[in-house]
Amino acid sequence: MNLTSTCHGREDFLRLMKFLLVEDNLDLANAITSRMRLDGHVVDHAAKLDDATAYAEVEEYDLILLDIMLPDGDGREFLARHRASDLDTPVIVLTARSQVSDRIGSLDMGADDYVTKPFDHAELEARCRAVLRRKSGNAKSRIEVGGIVFDPVAGHFSVGGRDISLRNRELRLMELFINAPGQVFSKQKLADRLFTYDDNVSDNAIEVYVGRLRKHLEASDLKITTLRGLGYRLDHDG
Amino acid sequence: MTDSPTVSGSLRNRLVLTLIGGAAILAILLFLAVRSYAARVAQQGQDNILSASVASILDAAAIRDGQLEIDIPYAAFSMLTTPSDDRVFYAIYQDGAFISGYDELQVDEPVAQANWTFQSTEMRGESIRQVNAGRTLVGLGKQTQIEVALGQTQDALSQTMDQISRNAAFLGIGFFLLAACLSFWVASTTIGQLNKLTTSVTRRGPQDLSPFRKPVPREMAPLVTSLNSLMGRLDQSLGQSEDFIAEAAHRVRTPLATVRSYAEATLHRVERKENREALRAMVRAIDESSRAAGQLLDHAMITFRADHLEREDIDLVVLTKDLVQRLTPIAEMRELTLSLTGARAVPYSGDPILLQNAVRNMIDNALKYAPVDSTVVIDVRADPNVQIKVSDAGPGFPSEEIDMLTRRFERGQNATGTIGSGLGLTIAQDVATAHGGTLELSNKPEGGACVILSL
Repeated sequence: MNLTSTCHGREDFLRLMKFLLVEDNLDLANAITSRMRLDGHVVDHAAKLDDATAYAEVEEYDLILLDIMLPDGDGREFLARHRASDLDTPVIVLTARSQVSDRIGSLDMGADDYVTKPFDHAELEARCRAVLRRKSGNAKSRIEVGGIVFDPVAGHFSVGGRDISLRNRELRLMELFINAPGQVFSKQKLADRLFTYDDNVSDNAIEVYVGRLRKHLEASDLKITTLRGLGYRLDHDG
Repeated sequence: MTDSPTVSGSLRNRLVLTLIGGAAILAILLFLAVRSYAARVAQQGQDNILSASVASILDAAAIRDGQLEIDIPYAAFSMLTTPSDDRVFYAIYQDGAFISGYDELQVDEPVAQANWTFQSTEMRGESIRQVNAGRTLVGLGKQTQIEVALGQTQDALSQTMDQISRNAAFLGIGFFLLAACLSFWVASTTIGQLNKLTTSVTRRGPQDLSPFRKPVPREMAPLVTSLNSLMGRLDQSLGQSEDFIAEAAHRVRTPLATVRSYAEATLHRVERKENREALRAMVRAIDESSRAAGQLLDHAMITFRADHLEREDIDLVVLTKDLVQRLTPIAEMRELTLSLTGARAVPYSGDPILLQNAVRNMIDNALKYAPVDSTVVIDVRADPNVQIKVSDAGPGFPSEEIDMLTRRFERGQNATGTIGSGLGLTIAQDVATAHGGTLELSNKPEGGACVILSL
């Protein structure tokens, strides 16, 4: 039994974020792209500044991930041009430079944030989330279904009109479920997505978070079903 | 810090000594010249009077009745009167035989009619000036030669000489003093040009390696030219090493990032426990190495900047707020809350990049050890002194190790299992020291670590 509600005219409420990744190292680009697609995002990849400019002119992106050192120029030039062109697409710089010297350049040039290579994907995701939250007014991340209103970017969650404040991991768990309704998530998969690799996660921890979320969803038409030996699934009672 | 150069002598002293030495020699020569000239003039005066006197005595000589008669005129002696009552001696000889006067007064050689001689000699223990004059008298077919020696003591003359010497000495000393002042002035203005150059070199910021454009005296142009070319080379090599570090970091970190991303992505697909453990270990090793490399670079950078502190007027609250905002996503990942308390504005003059790095390391440290669902409090205040305090609700520092944790690569016993390079608090400490402040580690009585950066 699948959810059939719509959200802002979209067929499903997969909250698609559209990223432009500007990175000349193909291996790294592939790794980032595949990881982001795993989260259900759309990623366009440009390996050169020219391509990046062309992409940015045609498409509208939610966020640009920009490498600084590119074969045909400095990523900061792109950043400066981008800022001059009145586009307010947030930019997160991927840099291999030292954190001390780097801060001077990229943030002053108008980047919204930066991550130092090699980065923790969870950190990159957290930074994207934070940047998008700062650039609020991004109403398309709002999801209404089964009596809840959920905005993963703004971190807003309400059930039956009553606001509930979610902890960060509860929020991300909710996001995972609601972006893939009807899909079964194993405990391990959930743990991989919610925790960084160096947190020592017990199965119990996942149960605790699922339990809390279940409690929040009591007043709604949504519920989290346990499939013994397989994992969890979000169902719509409607 | 820079070493002092080996100092050998001083240009200014050498210049001053040379000029003063020259002036002293000139002053002595001047003194001697003036005195000897004056002595000559004075002696000339005495000689003239003696000549006149002896001439009048000779004029008074006549042969009367075959006898030589000399009636010495009064004027001959009165003209020799001096204020110091100099004594006068005379002796008259006829054809070499003594006739009258003081016989100690000798005439050594026969004196020709026109060739009077002057000599300085001693008489009765006093120095005298003596004139010898001669005249040939002819009368009644008889020819006789008379010689007159006239001597005068030199008291008046030596008094005059003393006075002249005194004046000449004053003149010499005055000349010397004036020349000495001039030489000090000349040395200062000459060295002043060097000092001006030194000041403008010293005043430069550590980043300023542009050539000198200010006009300098011609003699200093080669120095400035080679200084400029040195700066050029330094700038170039600094630029090169900066580019090199950036390039090296890029070359190393990008593949690391690739490996890490792949490992992480694979982790999501792999089910077997051993494989998962292996992948985790891989990611952990990558993080260790990249973090250590990053912190080493940061540490090098901070050591460099700390040597040449570039102070700016900044607001520590704004600086900390920026950091808190930047670190919030990381904190949220661990279900931690960052809370900024304290004053609303704390103006301070310091190096913003260094301070930011120090505070980031302090907060990073707290984030690593704070338990889930707790709050890390960052407090910035100006009273009683400017300080930034970061406290968490973690296990705190091991009390027996608390003093050594700021040492390089030193990590606490409880750090096992947490990624870190052991440089974080060292960096914070270095920054504090560079600003003349301290970094203080303590444990709160209610539990949890507390790091205070006092400036």
